[in-house]
Amino acid sequence: MADLAVSLPAGKGSIGLEASGPRGPKPRHVFSRRNIFLYGTLIVVALYYLLPLYVMVVTSLKGMPEIRLGNIFSPPLEITFDPWVKAWSSACTGLNCDGLSRGFWNSVRITVPSVVLSIAIASVNGYALANWRFKGADTFFVILIVGAFIPYQVMIYPIVIILREIGLYGSLSGLVIVHSIFGMPILTLLFRNYFTSMPEELFRAARVDGAGFWGIYFRIMLPMSLPIFVVAIILQVTGIWNDFLFGVVYTRPDTYPMTVQLNNIVNSVQGVKEYNVNMAATILTGLVPLVVYFVSGKLFVRGIAAGAVKG
Amino acid sequence: MTRLENPSVSIQDLSLNFGAISVLETLNIDVAEGEFIVLLGPSGCGKSTLLNCIAGLLDVSDGRIFIKGKNVTWEEPKDRGIGMVFQSYALYPQMTVEKNLSFGLRVAGIPRDEIAKRIARAAEILQIEPLLQRKPSALSGGQRQRVAIGRALVRDVDVFLFDEPLSNLDAKLRAELRVEIKLLHSKLQNTMIYVTHDQIEAMTLADRIAVMKGGVIQQLDAPQTIYNRPVNRFVAGFLGSPAMNFLDGRLEKDDGNWHFVAEDVRIPLATYAFEKQPVPGAAVFGIRPEHVAFNSGSGWPFTATANVVVVEPMGSDTLVWLKLANQNFTVRVTSERTPNNADTVSIGFDPMRASLFDAATGTRL
Repeated sequence: MADLAVSLPAGKGSIGLEASGPRGPKPRHVFSRRNIFLYGTLIVVALYYLLPLYVMVVTSLKGMPEIRLGNIFSPPLEITFDPWVKAWSSACTGLNCDGLSRGFWNSVRITVPSVVLSIAIASVNGYALANWRFKGADTFFVILIVGAFIPYQVMIYPIVIILREIGLYGSLSGLVIVHSIFGMPILTLLFRNYFTSMPEELFRAARVDGAGFWGIYFRIMLPMSLPIFVVAIILQVTGIWNDFLFGVVYTRPDTYPMTVQLNNIVNSVQGVKEYNVNMAATILTGLVPLVVYFVSGKLFVRGIAAGAVKG
Repeated sequence: MTRLENPSVSIQDLSLNFGAISVLETLNIDVAEGEFIVLLGPSGCGKSTLLNCIAGLLDVSDGRIFIKGKNVTWEEPKDRGIGMVFQSYALYPQMTVEKNLSFGLRVAGIPRDEIAKRIARAAEILQIEPLLQRKPSALSGGQRQRVAIGRALVRDVDVFLFDEPLSNLDAKLRAELRVEIKLLHSKLQNTMIYVTHDQIEAMTLADRIAVMKGGVIQQLDAPQTIYNRPVNRFVAGFLGSPAMNFLDGRLEKDDGNWHFVAEDVRIPLATYAFEKQPVPGAAVFGIRPEHVAFNSGSGWPFTATANVVVVEPMGSDTLVWLKLANQNFTVRVTSERTPNNADTVSIGFDPMRASLFDAATGTRL
C-alpha cells in the first residue's frame, strides 16, 4: 500500500465504425492449401494401412489358378468361398486336419476365463490399493509394478517347471493362470489410478453409511467404473487372443490356441502353398480383436461420456 | 479447558500425526447437547482432520473420543451415531435421490416401511419431495447439498458433522442454505459440528466458535466474544472483514497512565481493560474499522487527523484507507459521507473497543 498511484492506459480515441468490411464467420475454402495437405496426408496414410488388408481379402476370394497369374491387386474374376471353408474346417496342422475351428474354440476357452479372472482380481487389487491404505500397500504396489518391467522370456522356463509340478502343464487352465498373472501388474495399475481419481469423499460417505469393503466395491465403485472395465477388457482380450509365445510354450498340439495353429498352417512346408487359404485363415484369426475394437470402441466412448457427468 | 457436565461429544487429549508431521496436538473440546459448534480456521489448520477423526474416518494417534458418553475411539463410522455432510456432496452418481437417501438404511438392514417413513420425513423437512426419483446429475448444486443433508438426516443420529458444506456453492445459494441450516438446527436441536473457513458462516451459525491454527484451538467461545475480545493477534486478524487495523508501537507509562505510542500518535489507554498487568515495551494496537468514528467531533478519548489515501466503495458502506503513524489504517464510513482522495479527515475512537497484543507472542494484553 506504499504506492497507490494508478496509471490508466492512454485513451485510444473512438474507433470508426465502417459500413463495409468483414463481418460474421470467416469464409473457408474447401481446396485451401491447409485442407489439401491435411486430407492428402490422411488419405495416403489410410491407403498405406488398408492396402495389405485389401490384398488379403481379394486373394482369399480367388482360386489358386487365378492367384498364379500374379496380379495381386486385381479383384477376383470368379469369387469363391472355398478357401474360407477350408481354412475353418479342413486345413491341416500337424496330425489334425480339422482346420482353425479347433484353435478358435481353444482360444475362446483360454481368453474368456483369463479376461474374467484377471480383471476381477486386478480391479479388487486396485480398489484396495487406492481406497484402503493398508500397511505395506506401497511396498506391494512397487513389487507389482516392477513385475510389469520384467521381460516374459526370463520367466518362461521357471513357469514351465511350476506348472509341471502342480500338474497343469499343457492344459488350458495352466495357460489361463499364466495369462491372469501376467495381466496383473498393468491392470492393477490401471484400476488403482482410476479409483484414485474418484472423489475420496464418496468413499468416506459410503463408510459413514455403513458399507464395508465389499459393499463399497460392488455397490458404489463398480457401477461407477464401467469405462475402465471396458478399457481393461479391450486390453486383455486383444492381448490374450493375439498371444503366441505363451500359447506355443504352455499347451499341447490339441490345445493350441488359434494363433499357434495359424502359424502352423501358414508355415507348413509340405505340398502346395495355398495362399488363398492362408489369407483366409489369417483374417479369421484377426477377426476377434477387430470385432472387439469396433464394438467396444463405441461402448468405450459411451462409457467415458457417461462417466464424465460428475455426481 | 473447562469440562462440561454431560457433553454430547467430548474429545480428550486428541493427537494425530502422519509420521513426523503433527496435525492435531493434544486437543480438548466438549460439545454440549444440541450445541452448534463451528470449527473455523485457514486451510491446513486441521479442522477437517479433526472432523474426520470424530467421524471415525481417520485413526487417531492418541487420545479418546466420546459421543453421547460412549467411548467411540475404536468404533467404525457407522456405529458412532453420526451423520456427515461433505463439501463435494459425495452423492452416489448412479443412484436416484431416493436410493442415495436410503443406501445407509438398506446396508443396515432396516425394514422397508421404516425406510420409506424416514425418507418421507427427511424429504419433507428439506423440501426435496419432487426430486426423489432424479439422479444427482440432474440436480443443481443447492439441491444436491440438500440431498446430502438429507442423507445425514435419515440416519436418525445424535450428531451432525458438516465438512465445509457450502463451499462449492455460489454466494447467493450459500446465503440461502446458511439460513436453512440454521432453521434445521433450531427445528431438530441436534448437536452439530460444522467446519468452515468462512467467517460469516461461523459468526451466523455458531453457538460457539473454535478458531484453529496449526492443529491447536486458539480460542473457543461465543461468536461475539471472539469478535470483540480475541485472545491473540491471529484470531483478531482472521475474523472480521474488512480486517482489523493493527498499529505497531510501544506501550509506555507516563504520569501514572498507560499510553500506546507509535511515532506521533499517542493513544491513551485509560478505558482499556487490560487482561494482565501491563509492562512497557513493544506492542500491537488493534481496532476494527467499524469502531472508528469518522469526522464526528472531538468527544472521543482519542482523536487524530489523517490524509485519505484511497477509498473503496462497497455499496452499503465505504472503506477509507488512511495513513496513521505512517501505517495503513482503515475506517468504515457510511456511503453518504464518502470523502475524496487526499482529503484531510478527523477520526476518533474509544480504546475500550480496541485490542492490545504483545508484539512478540501475539497474545492479548
